[in-house]
Amino acid sequence: MDLILVNLIDGLVTGLLLFMLSAGLTLIFSMMGVLNFAHASFYMLGAYFAYQISLALGFWMGLLIAPLIVGVLGAGVERYGLRRVHQYGHVPELIFTFGLALLIEELVQFLWGKNQMPYDIPEVLNFTAFAIAGNSIPAYKIFMIFISVGIFIGLLYILTKTRVGMIIQAALSYPRTVEALGHNVPLVFMGVFGVGTALAGVAGVIAGPVLGTFPGMAFVLGSIVFVTIVIGGLGSLWGALVASLLIGWITTFAKSYNVRMEDVLNGIGISTPTNLDDNLFRDFWTITSPQIADILPYILMVLILIFRPYGLLGKRDA
Amino acid sequence: MLKTTKFGVATALALVMSTSAAYAETIKIAFIDPLSGPFASTGTNGLHQFEFAAEKMVNEAGGVLDGDMFEIVAFDNKISPKESLIQLQVAIDQGIRYIAQGNSSGVANALTEAIDKHNRRNPDDRVLFLNYAAVDPALTNDKCNFWHFRFDANADIKMDALTDVMAKDESLKKVYIIGQDYSFGKAVAAAAVANLEAKRPDIEIVGNELHPIGKVKDFTPYSRKIVSSGADAVITGNWGADMLGLGKSVIENGFEGPIYTYYAAGSGITGAFGESGKDRIRLIAQGEINPIATEEARQMYIAFKEKYPDGNIDQSRIFNVIGMLAEAINEAGTADDVVAVATALEGMEYESMWGGKLFMRPQDHQLIQDMHVHVHTNEGVEFDYDNSGFGVVTESSVTMAAMDSPTTCNMRRP
Repeated sequence: MDLILVNLIDGLVTGLLLFMLSAGLTLIFSMMGVLNFAHASFYMLGAYFAYQISLALGFWMGLLIAPLIVGVLGAGVERYGLRRVHQYGHVPELIFTFGLALLIEELVQFLWGKNQMPYDIPEVLNFTAFAIAGNSIPAYKIFMIFISVGIFIGLLYILTKTRVGMIIQAALSYPRTVEALGHNVPLVFMGVFGVGTALAGVAGVIAGPVLGTFPGMAFVLGSIVFVTIVIGGLGSLWGALVASLLIGWITTFAKSYNVRMEDVLNGIGISTPTNLDDNLFRDFWTITSPQIADILPYILMVLILIFRPYGLLGKRDA
Repeated sequence: MLKTTKFGVATALALVMSTSAAYAETIKIAFIDPLSGPFASTGTNGLHQFEFAAEKMVNEAGGVLDGDMFEIVAFDNKISPKESLIQLQVAIDQGIRYIAQGNSSGVANALTEAIDKHNRRNPDDRVLFLNYAAVDPALTNDKCNFWHFRFDANADIKMDALTDVMAKDESLKKVYIIGQDYSFGKAVAAAAVANLEAKRPDIEIVGNELHPIGKVKDFTPYSRKIVSSGADAVITGNWGADMLGLGKSVIENGFEGPIYTYYAAGSGITGAFGESGKDRIRLIAQGEINPIATEEARQMYIAFKEKYPDGNIDQSRIFNVIGMLAEAINEAGTADDVVAVATALEGMEYESMWGGKLFMRPQDHQLIQDMHVHVHTNEGVEFDYDNSGFGVVTESSVTMAAMDSPTTCNMRRP
């Protein structure tokens, strides 16, 4: 019972982190209709910039400045890269972002090397917030939860309650009309792209110390972010939130409990073959849930694509 | 005009031919390991050590045979067995006779099989497999072949030495085993269970688990299970990013006991653990770094730090690979006939600058050497890792570990 609560918190942290990444990605998709393959690379840049800044000015300045730099870089990529490629259609755009992802990874390796950076949790937050039945919850996790929830509320407020948000939403659906009304739509696009990448930067800053700051960090998280927005529904902010939390909890619980495939199959009435060692499906029978925990989101995505192709909360038909 | 061109071409050709004759030949060693992706740092650091060892121990000492130089040619296998086989073929096509690989026993299993096949079918351009770190016991047992030489102790030998140390700790009652889900992780787990049962039947194994290799983003759920199992100690064979992720997460989430590992040092791991892992992380490895074994090793390490200020010598066995290969080539009198070189390597005894005598056991091509249990600390550290002030200090040693251990190897010789 206690462990359930601990796992709920751990899953929440994973889910919210994923949300910060997928929120930006899904916004950019709904705006430009293009999947930004380099999104996770901006997350990595956030972590590396923050590490470099934290060496000189401390963690908090890193948290403040690094996302700004990443956001400006992102806006620059949109203004001088994507916008030029846009006229040639979606495929060149995809290829452009894909190339950018590779470029950023190489650049990071070139500048910082291939080793893991000693980017650590700040001293102030390096203590145990509380413990549930011997399982300590680090204060840093609580901090991560607050930052992500704060960002979500802020984003939601801007998008739904402010004038800027209204223009963005209008520009997403009817760009030509909004342009005819005298608004600078390309500027809106650039702004959204910048904010989206800055969000990924924030995620990198706060995830770097716990998940490790190394050149493979974008690769490790890259594919799961796409899975998240596909499950949530492309272009839906709420969908991204629901899908992120769902993935966070599914993977956490699958890893925490050793559910064996044998038990599941026995449970639905299939009995274990007598001679398992010679059985063709031996590997299948001996699977445990921690082994497949990280594949579960992909299985979920396939199921979603089959039964609800527009995602959990997506609006557009596939 | 035409005549001058012809003359020019002829002189140029003659010049090229004479220069190539004047220089001694280079002996190429293909280094097939991950140079990109999650395990890039481990692979790249290994490559640096190979290049440095070849440069210092062979080339600057005048080379082997008649001044033949060693050259390390790097191939990125992205830790994939499939990619490795492609790179192996490229290396063979380039006329390379020596293949060095170490990261991932999955890759090593694929390579040793492919090399065995290749050598049987192409007796004219056979190659040798110098395995410097893949420690799946099967490689020198059921799957052994004449072309494969392992310079690291295998998982069983390491676990034997590691559990010797653990068995002395009377307070140890519960142990948790966790590893990467592939042949090596399984071998470590099996060896740990067998050894603990034999040496300390009173120790309860409260968890025995595998996780996907290189894919886990967050180890928190695993750490939760370890903490709630009430384990006094953790055993893991993890390496690279998986080692660091697991170790950090376990410590952060409230685990208090020691963590017994195979590879928790260097490549940024020592630096990232820092204070949090002090006196808690132990690792079993060959080679003594602190205190350093010989003066020669000290000079070598200092020179290495000059060339790679951010690097570490965290796989000193690489220097043994180069040293023993050079000696074998000299003894065989040829670098082209790998059968002669392999025969010279078999049963070779070699004094390692990193301490102790090495013996390449002829029946299975497993190198027998001293094993040491190191502790991660910042006290008594002459050569730290990752410039962090922290390093590994030798705590206890087993001389010529597993010298008489049995092997199921039934080697077919050419």
